[in-house]
Amino acid sequence: MTAEGTTARPVVAPEPDAPQGGWADFYENRVYPVLQYAKRNPPLIVGIALLSSLLIFVALGHLFYDHELYRPLSVPTREAPSWDYPFGTDTQGRDLFAVAIRGTTLTLRIGLIAGAVAVVVGTVFAFIAAYYRGWADAVIRVLVDVGLTIPPLLILILIAINTSEPLTVDQMGLAISIVAWVFPARTIRAQVLVLRERSYVEIARLSGTSGPAIIFKEMMPNLLPYITASFVTSVAAGILASIGLEAIGLGIFSAPTLGMTIYWNIQFSSIILGMWWWWLPPIITIIIVFVGLFMISAGLDEWSNPRLRKSV
Amino acid sequence: MSTVAETPPASRDDEKQSGIRQRADALREAGVMAVALAVYRSYIFRRFVFLLFVIWIAATVIFIIPRLSGQDPVKEKLLLEAQRGGAIQSGLDAVAKSYQARLGLDQPLLTQYGNFMFDIVRFDLGPSISFFPRSVNSIIADSIVWSFGLIGTTVILGFTIGTLAGAFLGWPKAPRGVGILFMPFLTISAIPQYLAGIILVFIFAAQLEWLPLFGPYSPGTTPEWSFSFVVEVIRHATLPALALVLSAIGFWAVGMRGMMINNQGEDFMVQAEAKGLKGRRIFFRYGVRNAMLPQVTGLALALGTLLTGALLIERVFVYPGLGDILFQAIRLSDFFVIRGIVFTIIVMVAVATFLLDILYPYLDPRVKYSRS
Repeated sequence: MTAEGTTARPVVAPEPDAPQGGWADFYENRVYPVLQYAKRNPPLIVGIALLSSLLIFVALGHLFYDHELYRPLSVPTREAPSWDYPFGTDTQGRDLFAVAIRGTTLTLRIGLIAGAVAVVVGTVFAFIAAYYRGWADAVIRVLVDVGLTIPPLLILILIAINTSEPLTVDQMGLAISIVAWVFPARTIRAQVLVLRERSYVEIARLSGTSGPAIIFKEMMPNLLPYITASFVTSVAAGILASIGLEAIGLGIFSAPTLGMTIYWNIQFSSIILGMWWWWLPPIITIIIVFVGLFMISAGLDEWSNPRLRKSV
Repeated sequence: MSTVAETPPASRDDEKQSGIRQRADALREAGVMAVALAVYRSYIFRRFVFLLFVIWIAATVIFIIPRLSGQDPVKEKLLLEAQRGGAIQSGLDAVAKSYQARLGLDQPLLTQYGNFMFDIVRFDLGPSISFFPRSVNSIIADSIVWSFGLIGTTVILGFTIGTLAGAFLGWPKAPRGVGILFMPFLTISAIPQYLAGIILVFIFAAQLEWLPLFGPYSPGTTPEWSFSFVVEVIRHATLPALALVLSAIGFWAVGMRGMMINNQGEDFMVQAEAKGLKGRRIFFRYGVRNAMLPQVTGLALALGTLLTGALLIERVFVYPGLGDILFQAIRLSDFFVIRGIVFTIIVMVAVATFLLDILYPYLDPRVKYSRS
């Protein structure tokens, strides 16, 4: 549920129990500009709406549905969608509605862990490299260049086949962040290089402000849109990597993630069996997640980079 | 230089002078060319050193990761086979030892690293465990043709069509209706290729039955150089290729559109407009030419992702390329085949990126400009 906090921040919903007297004021100063901006930036709104609807589905599902039925052999096999089983059941006796609820949560969890760690590590490296320069910059730059050339999924495959015990969901997120930090590091390093030449940073440096203070007080606030955009992109990349690992057979076999559901679909040829209710929900969910994240990152781009505001 | 050559000389004196000027011009141009060439050569050299560096790092990572986990691939494999066959596991340690001696896995770590690097330099990827004594090289050689055909065709097609489509989307004078395409492109670009593949299989193979469900060619046909067999192969490759091309089109179109829009206000566009050039010429020579550059950089960066996406497509369509072999090797826990495929793909991506980087100066008009 951390996703709600991070993705919904740009448009703060109006407080329903705001003080009655100050409501007009509040609307004028807080809500109206946000609504005005929302009108100018439809991708951001569409993206947030897509992801929120998914989160609401997951939350309601956890509250009102017996989502423990995701385990194999808990319901009759190969049933088409009905009142009892809204999304039907699969060949191994999983309730696919329960799988959808649990799987969406788990997949988002992997993505959020991978994205958060990748952005934090990437940002720290970017600041060390671009602010302090020197040999640290040289090392980090070479690491990033090499990391950009080597496809991340391949390194993940090597890691996954060499672990002595099967990975857990959280470990998988962490493993993905090992290869996922290079992209945020590259983007943010470029931005820091631009910022450190700005006069206000120069002035802060001349007036004896320490390095960390300049980084956190002067530069960080200006970089927040970029960092947020990097985070959103990294979450998408993390989810993509996890689904890739799962599709190739290195997933967590006991976890009903979206990627594992796709894996079982391919394994049991659900398309040939005509079980459309098995493969359709995970695919639609994944599409919603990716389109939503993509829209949000496009919207954030528009926000932080006014050059793009020129439209056709 | 050419203008000097074309003006007819008035007198002998003029002729002599113009000849001297011509030679001076030629010399100056040659000098500039030589400098530019030297810069370009040192750029290629540095880029080539980096290519070797990437391959060395990749090889080292491939060597280190298994050693970090403290697992023994030979023993793992033997244990797995023993469990499958229900055999008594008494002699297993001895068998593992003999295999390890044969594969050189009982030597000190540094010697192993040296041996591994020596093998890598000769591109000898060792024997397969599951298909012993077949070498990993021969297994990869058999399947790489399929991957190469599929990936090469789709990357080029997807990049070209997507870039052109994106250029039209970002062109102010494009017909009104074109703009509607943006949202579908945006959506397609966000869908992982193998999910698009599953949807395509459902529509075109399972429902409409226009195209085959999976495989490189129908079971029962023998590979041969005949017209009907070629048609068969193309029919089977259509759906996986379509899945890869479709998502690539979306991806490149969205990027190119942004670049074209960014270019609109630039001075060179205004100047081209002011010169009264034809719309077509402005579009291709000024708009597309400049917006292309970040696209090519993007292609170099995206190659790895495109390749791994294609691997997963092969898994969905049971297409006998590297992706399918990789999946089977993972299932059989054949460590040497996995390692070989991973290394081969890294080398492929690194070399392709290297070639793109070398071609880049030819595409950038600014580099051309400084030369002539």
